[in-house]
Amino acid sequence: MASNNLTTRPSVAVHAPGGTASGVEPTDTPVMQLRDVSVYYGSYEAVRGTTMPIQQNQVTAMIGPSGCGKSTVLRALNRMNDPIPGARVSGEVSFHGQDLYARDVDPIQVRRRIGMVFQKPNPFPKSIFDNVAYGLRINGIKGRLDDHVEEALTKAALWDEVKDKLRKSALALSGGQQQRLCIARTIAVKPEVILMDEPCSALDPIATAKIEDLMFELTSDYTIVIVTHNMQQAARVSHYTAFFTAEVDDKQVRHGRLVEFSQTGKLFTNPADKRTEDYITGRFG
Amino acid sequence: MSVTAPPATRPATGGPDLTRAALSGRRRFTNHLATAAIWGAVLLAVIPLALVAYTVIGKGAGVMSLSFLTEDIPNSYRREGGGMAPAIIGTLVITGAAALMAIPLGVFGAIYLNEYGKQKPLARVIRLMADVMTGVPSIVMGLFVYISWVLLVGQQTGFAGALALACLMLPVVIRSSEEMLRLVPEELRQASMALGARKWKTTLTVVLPAAISGITSGSLLAVARAAGETAPIIIVTGIVFTPNWNLFDGSNTALPAQIFRNASTSFPAAQDRAWGAALTLIVIVLSFTVIARFISSRFAIKER
Repeated sequence: MASNNLTTRPSVAVHAPGGTASGVEPTDTPVMQLRDVSVYYGSYEAVRGTTMPIQQNQVTAMIGPSGCGKSTVLRALNRMNDPIPGARVSGEVSFHGQDLYARDVDPIQVRRRIGMVFQKPNPFPKSIFDNVAYGLRINGIKGRLDDHVEEALTKAALWDEVKDKLRKSALALSGGQQQRLCIARTIAVKPEVILMDEPCSALDPIATAKIEDLMFELTSDYTIVIVTHNMQQAARVSHYTAFFTAEVDDKQVRHGRLVEFSQTGKLFTNPADKRTEDYITGRFG
Repeated sequence: MSVTAPPATRPATGGPDLTRAALSGRRRFTNHLATAAIWGAVLLAVIPLALVAYTVIGKGAGVMSLSFLTEDIPNSYRREGGGMAPAIIGTLVITGAAALMAIPLGVFGAIYLNEYGKQKPLARVIRLMADVMTGVPSIVMGLFVYISWVLLVGQQTGFAGALALACLMLPVVIRSSEEMLRLVPEELRQASMALGARKWKTTLTVVLPAAISGITSGSLLAVARAAGETAPIIIVTGIVFTPNWNLFDGSNTALPAQIFRNASTSFPAAQDRAWGAALTLIVIVLSFTVIARFISSRFAIKER
């Protein structure tokens, strides 16, 4: 499959590395860096030895078959695995050079700077306004909440649809609107990095297109890491792509593994690894 | 008896026969039987309920009047008239004090169990103890409070009754609240966590509001049960014939205790007062329920 088949939406395809809309080459300033990161659940090693950078103001996609550990790695980036009993991370996940798993690091501080959007839209059972204002309130931001909420909803391309019903329940919104509300809620607290765990898998193609456009808009202010099952989506929205797969070792135990990390255009047109090529061309067993 | 299925008939058009007649007799019979059984069960359940309401209203409405609600209890069973004001006041203050003690404690306990303790050994022990406590008969709880509190302070008081009722309510509140907290989707906690909320903040501002309507229902059932408890009240609060607003000094009384005392005499006037007290108790519990439902609906998750 040639790369132009994967990029069916040219308006976004031109954002791909080597031809971004603003004519800017992919930046090369890693805001985060993974070094030999393994994630364990109890004694089970779910993901083994991942080393990759997360570049600033770029979209990094993680693709791969089910069970390859891409979501696990994503959750390791803002310590969302912490509450899972037995979950443990080895290696180094650094953010601006600071190890996120150092002893004196407060996971709350980490998550305030590295936000997350989930697979299933999960708005709080509160009003639309309160959903967006929640993060601001818990972070002690007082006063002009209205302005902050409007700004976040505008950035999430939702303001025009909800400005007349801010006091209505968020649960009355459609799935696509709920997901954009969750994005608005995340960007309201102004994180540096936004992690997205298959944000479009529960949405229809139109809602998906809106979120993909939104991701591109957001890269001017934020760094985005997205996990997706959808290769076309990765090709459309990302600057860098990491391909993970599940390997069975000599003891018949499955581990997730990073196979290849490179610029998205290169990974999809000229993959360095045979396994990547098999996967992106659909020959994956 | 065997019911044979009729041969599948096909209409002239050649398509499948979708009419009811095409269904086998056996399946139709089973369906009707199940429907009849469900209706029968509903009727059986409603009969005692309707009879209780009919009897209590029929016998209690006769004595019901403003003076019944406001006058003191006659200190001779034989005397006609009088009222139940001291028992109504006793029920309200004793049950109210018990609810004030048991509900916050129980909800906090449930929060510990579901949000913090989870499957830790301490949480498992507390859960087991709560289950055991649910099965303790109320008279045993009354005796326990008599020994540990009434003998200590040297007199029967309304507070002792409230203590006994609180002990009876506590395990019910803990377990029902825990079940409600468990129904709150994990995704909401994760969403709050990903925004940089600390655990107590997540619990207080996301989890608890999402569960509040269920917690209210559960707590209410506990209050309603406690309001009708008789044995511990008789043992630990004693009896009075004039209103006593002070929980900590002097004996008190409550409607269930008055029903028991008055109904077990042979004097018609006392028996009438017992029916009146029964009706009053039912109305009080009913209005608790209505008020709490109204309050919780204001907090409840709104779909639209």
